[in-house]
Amino acid sequence: MTASLAKPVLIRSILAALTLTLPLATAGAVMTAGAVHAAGASDDESERLARWKEIQTSIFGTRPIATTDSLVKVDAPVRALDASLVPITLTMPEKDRIAGVHLIIDDNPSPYAAHIAFGPGADAGEIKLRVRVNNYTNIHAVVETKDGQLFETTKFVKASGGCSAPMGMSDEEAMKGVGDMKMKFAESQAGGPVEATLMIRHPNFSGMQMNQVTREYTPARYINKVAVTRGDQTVLTLDGDISIASNPVINFALQPGGRGPIKVTASDNQNGRWEHSFTAPSATN
Amino acid sequence: MRADAARAGTRWSGATRRGALFGGLCLCCLPTLGRSAEGFDLAEVGPGIFIRRGPDAEATAENNDAIANIGFIVGDRSVLVTESGGSLADGAWLRAEIARRTDKPVSHVVLTHVHPDHCFGAAAFAEDKPVYVGHSALRPALDARGEYYRARLAEILGPEKAGRVVYPTLEVGTEAEVDLGGRILRFTAHGAAHTTCDLSMRDSASGILFPADLLFVTRIPSLDGSLNGWLMEAEKLKAMGAAKAVPGHGPTLVDLVPALDDLTRYLTTLRDETRTAIAADTPIEKAVQTVGRAERDRWALFDTYHGRNVTQAFKELEWE
Repeated sequence: MTASLAKPVLIRSILAALTLTLPLATAGAVMTAGAVHAAGASDDESERLARWKEIQTSIFGTRPIATTDSLVKVDAPVRALDASLVPITLTMPEKDRIAGVHLIIDDNPSPYAAHIAFGPGADAGEIKLRVRVNNYTNIHAVVETKDGQLFETTKFVKASGGCSAPMGMSDEEAMKGVGDMKMKFAESQAGGPVEATLMIRHPNFSGMQMNQVTREYTPARYINKVAVTRGDQTVLTLDGDISIASNPVINFALQPGGRGPIKVTASDNQNGRWEHSFTAPSATN
Repeated sequence: MRADAARAGTRWSGATRRGALFGGLCLCCLPTLGRSAEGFDLAEVGPGIFIRRGPDAEATAENNDAIANIGFIVGDRSVLVTESGGSLADGAWLRAEIARRTDKPVSHVVLTHVHPDHCFGAAAFAEDKPVYVGHSALRPALDARGEYYRARLAEILGPEKAGRVVYPTLEVGTEAEVDLGGRILRFTAHGAAHTTCDLSMRDSASGILFPADLLFVTRIPSLDGSLNGWLMEAEKLKAMGAAKAVPGHGPTLVDLVPALDDLTRYLTTLRDETRTAIAADTPIEKAVQTVGRAERDRWALFDTYHGRNVTQAFKELEWE
């Protein structure tokens, strides 16, 4: 990896995000944009393209990236209902060709939201994540094929304030039960992939949420690594960042026929580390 | 004659005020009494209780975030402000309306919860040096969000109209009383419901309940505390036995039980259908499109808030 996920890639976009005219976007707030528009809304295509080129270079260096309509698709609401919890679905129909996928939210203060590397235990057809969106932005998905090629697609999302939106509770309360996990399995067709939902209790503090008592920002504390294995097989590894919504929820799928317990190891950027084991339902055909 | 005096901005004494109220004049026949330059009306919903109906709208530069039901209660000795307003401009409007009706001092300003449409008018009363009454959890909530709200509000209204964060000086942990002379206001601090810091109030003179945003009427409830908690607190409000209530949004005075029934029906639908969606492994992005659609025609601003309510409900209930 050529750029740390944790390191803000674009200083310019941090400044932009902190000084933009943003409507209230937190849950329960009673304001919408009205006559106000996020500054990002007026950016023209060439500025967006220039930003993406800058991000692209910082993450992938000089590696070429082709556009694709077929290898990866991004589903996201055109206008987010809650900027601090925007559901994203990445679909990769040619799943056997896919080694991993990068998710980049161009106009977030730290654009590189996540990288997921699939192991042999994963069915790479679909991934779902919940992210924060701080500004009107392109969301890029870049897939890496097993033969080392990169392909990208993009989706424009309107949302604002998702990274700086305060939690609805104190920092202490937000940390309650940190590291708790749940895993749910959807009923699967016999012989088909098993859909799994992993839930992790963690506030994923973005570092942009102000604590008025201390007059300081609550330091960024976020899940930066999640490793999922089944038996002796890797299912996936996720590198995460502050753009992942609090209490991260990740949907993925397991290859059929896998054996052994599912082990999840999650760690955060402040040396928090949590491990849980889950039992997948066995096929009943 | 009295209408002329009011138009000229004359401060009325309490005695004159009562004379106007009970001397055969009614406010509905004297629109200039209740109407400000902005065109708002103050309805007298009980003796000495004046409430402005907030429109079912979002904050805009044009409306000064004056969207909640705000008003005041006049006692023998002093005045209590039931809600401060949605901005400094809205609070200043209310302060002027009070001055048109009474020269009694404003002794108390209630900050019913952390949302900006209810507490950003507070600074308009600073010169009165009132007691600011709030839930004991309001301060931490303002610590977490106040500056964020202020900045967003300033972007919509401009900084001079937005107002600033004002903290409660009487922090209610469970219950409290305020005596205005001739009437007592009893406060109840609620558990997490609409928000984490909801304060309700009951007037001894009229028996009217002021549940603030624990009760939405016509405008869709917005969920920002706890769905399960709100359903519990709604039961507690019902058990208080009041016949009439001044909701945080909607008409200025309603029958409490049917209004609470409507609210409870919405919240119960939201809870049950979200639970069903979670149990059926329906993803959150589908749930926001399918849960609670039967409620769509029953609430103003449904399309603006309902999906977010489902998101909040889903976040809360998926860990059950």
